[in-house]
Amino acid sequence: MPLDDPVVQKILLISALYVFALAAFLGYQVISRVPPLLHTPLMSATNAISGISLVGSIVTAGAQYNTVSTILGFIAVVCSTTNVVGGFVITDRMLKMFKRKEIVKKD
Amino acid sequence: MQFYFIEFSYLLASIFFILGLKGMSHPESAKRGMHLAEFGMLMAIIGTLVHHEIITYTWILAGLAIGSVVGLAMGLWVPMTAMPQRTALSHAFGAFAAALVGISEFYRFGGHLENRVMMGALGFEVMLGALTTTGSLLAFAKLQGMVRGTPMTYKGQNVFNMALLAVTIGIFIYLIVVPGSMPLFFTMVGLAFVFGLLLVMPIGSADMPVVMSLLNSYAGLASAATGFVLSNKVLIIAGTLDGFSGFILSILMCRAMNRSMTNVLFGAFGSATTAAASGAQDGTMREVGLDDIATQLAYANKVVFVPGYGLATAQAQHAVRELADVLEKRGVTVKYGIHPVAGRMPGHMNVLLAEANVPYSSLYELEQINPEFPTTDVAVVIGANDVVNPDARDNPGSPIAGMPILEVDRSKSVVVLKRGQGKGFSGLENPLFFKPVTGMLYGDAKDTLTRLVQAVQHA
Repeated sequence: MPLDDPVVQKILLISALYVFALAAFLGYQVISRVPPLLHTPLMSATNAISGISLVGSIVTAGAQYNTVSTILGFIAVVCSTTNVVGGFVITDRMLKMFKRKEIVKKD
Repeated sequence: MQFYFIEFSYLLASIFFILGLKGMSHPESAKRGMHLAEFGMLMAIIGTLVHHEIITYTWILAGLAIGSVVGLAMGLWVPMTAMPQRTALSHAFGAFAAALVGISEFYRFGGHLENRVMMGALGFEVMLGALTTTGSLLAFAKLQGMVRGTPMTYKGQNVFNMALLAVTIGIFIYLIVVPGSMPLFFTMVGLAFVFGLLLVMPIGSADMPVVMSLLNSYAGLASAATGFVLSNKVLIIAGTLDGFSGFILSILMCRAMNRSMTNVLFGAFGSATTAAASGAQDGTMREVGLDDIATQLAYANKVVFVPGYGLATAQAQHAVRELADVLEKRGVTVKYGIHPVAGRMPGHMNVLLAEANVPYSSLYELEQINPEFPTTDVAVVIGANDVVNPDARDNPGSPIAGMPILEVDRSKSVVVLKRGQGKGFSGLENPLFFKPVTGMLYGDAKDTLTRLVQAVQHA
């Protein structure tokens, strides 16, 4: 069945809605357990993770639909990659700073 | 086969992302969790690179290379004090990428998306993406000091903004019902870009933690909408997690200031008009000597530091830790009371102190530290004002009434380190400064703290 078949479209949409609803529920559960201590790293981590829109940008940049799409896709790849790399590097850097008392004393 | 490979890599990525965020519940598990999330991201990227629609890799690789260099440079060299700016910028990038992918999809189908639901998702993606891009850029400029941090207001602002939003949404609905108009679509995108600016314009620096969280939420939801458009599950999951994280944080920040979201967004708090007088103050501020304070600190049992954003602007994080070290060597118990909105983004103060080698076990949240103040000998307030204003608790008529505060005034003695006699962000008088238990120590926080270290050593 082709992807643009109406029946396939309906199934895709409903499963996408399920995924969205469950992810929202899970997100609420997981995020509300993060202590205020780690809220800044949390924000930069979720930022890096949502840089996953990179996968959409990659396809747009490489599929050669048309010139406009390729250019927009390329810019999108640059933006998302910056977020992914920068976000993870910064999160790691921040988390390394959070030390237990004994470790701080040793330094 | 290829289909399963890609989908499986996405599934793994989703699982690792969730595990990664779950690790964030504790500083020790967080590091490991992030490595899992990074691995998940790598899997998803590798999986995508074998996608059958990809014909040329030139632009992809160029984009990945440029993005990695910029990201790495930013990641390694951005100072912790500039973390809010960096985060605002990354919200802008993420949202811009989502908007661009949406525009490109629309363009590719020549505006004739057969499926209305698809057009709805695409519209959301592009609108949220566009307004978050410009909104975050303005937030960045305000945080960086390129634009004045005070609220920019004019008469009829809210009405104008609402009207613009209504027009934008009107076009959006029209495009769903009657698809195909390219000019209308781009008008909608343009209006959304403008709306982002208008949304952040009236918001002052002190409210930035809320705005940052809210923009975080929008950027995430824009990614999730992209997932709907491309029917890509990992995008939906990651975007939703991001969106909800931002949403929860913005609620927490609002609660920490006892304000509603509407009030933060449309209230233009901190502008001259809201700086209501809280009545004449009785008594005078008592200025105290440095050596006096040093003696008090040196012979105390328990000292609690209450840092505000003023500590960060004075770059005094290391100085305060040195003072804590000297005191701890003398057997004094030292704790830090951190208000949720101390700093320019959620949790900012914790990171700044952690960077200065303060162990995280010494950092206490508002609910944890408040019961401890009655047994505290000296509470040292450094560059904080509104978060220790007792009016929030005692005076129902105060504009910040009901805002949870750090109750330093319950401790046996309070020392306030302050640049001068000025007021806080809200422009309010702070009765704490006039209480008999309070002593004021004026001057640059870093300088004062360094001199206190020396004085305590000789005490």
